[in-house]
Amino acid sequence: MAIGLAHYLVVGAVLFGLGLFTVLTRRNAISILMGVELILNSANINYVAFSHYSTGNVDGQIYAIFVIMLAAAEAAIGLAIVLAIFQIFHTIDVEAAETLKE
Amino acid sequence: MQLSPVIFYLIAALTVGSAAIVAFSRNIVYSAFSLLGTFGGVAGIYVFLGADFVAGVQVLIYVGGILVLILFAVMLTHRIADAQITNRSVGRIPALVVIGIFIFLLIQSIRETPWAKAKEIVYVPTTTIIGEWFLERYLLPFELASVVLLAALIGAVVLARKETRE
Repeated sequence: MAIGLAHYLVVGAVLFGLGLFTVLTRRNAISILMGVELILNSANINYVAFSHYSTGNVDGQIYAIFVIMLAAAEAAIGLAIVLAIFQIFHTIDVEAAETLKE
Repeated sequence: MQLSPVIFYLIAALTVGSAAIVAFSRNIVYSAFSLLGTFGGVAGIYVFLGADFVAGVQVLIYVGGILVLILFAVMLTHRIADAQITNRSVGRIPALVVIGIFIFLLIQSIRETPWAKAKEIVYVPTTTIIGEWFLERYLLPFELASVVLLAALIGAVVLARKETRE
């Protein structure tokens, strides 16, 4: 059976579900960032697969490169925030860092 | 017997399996290291789709940059020696049910949609055309991207340094 567009979309969908599960259930800030990376990767797979199977030009690949770039910026800023939270609260459990609620 | 579907299924299994370890592991170090498998597998999928430049960028930025950043953050914020449950999760069962239904619906809709048939697949290097398009059609987003990266760089330094007052 030949590999078609649907195969790539299924891989992307499963990856998205696992990333969403990670973001929903984890209480560790770094793990939540890992879940966000999984979601961005699944979106990238869809971009590249659709660009390969529909038009055949590189529009989707360029979007994927932009997403990768923004993911790098997001990871740098997010982990800097996590380190700042760790210095203040001495934990990175997101339920401990909710003093803004009070 | 074609070899390429077998390789595709292996790469997809590597990607999804590593992502499952990321989602379910109780030790955050295991989660961080299995991200390597996911990112590598996604790079392999890009190679399958004929996107050689994106695959290279994926390896360079995700494996070489983001993964190392995440490992640094894990090492800096955990006492690795007392490695019990370092990666707490809450509400797994309801989340599993919701996500299961969600993935089922997604796959069902993917299967029932009549997708366009693939054109004849030509595997040519894409680097030249991507470079040209970055400097013609996508010039403004390209320049904006550099400004965003500069802002992120300065912001990360400002956020992460220690506050020193005399």
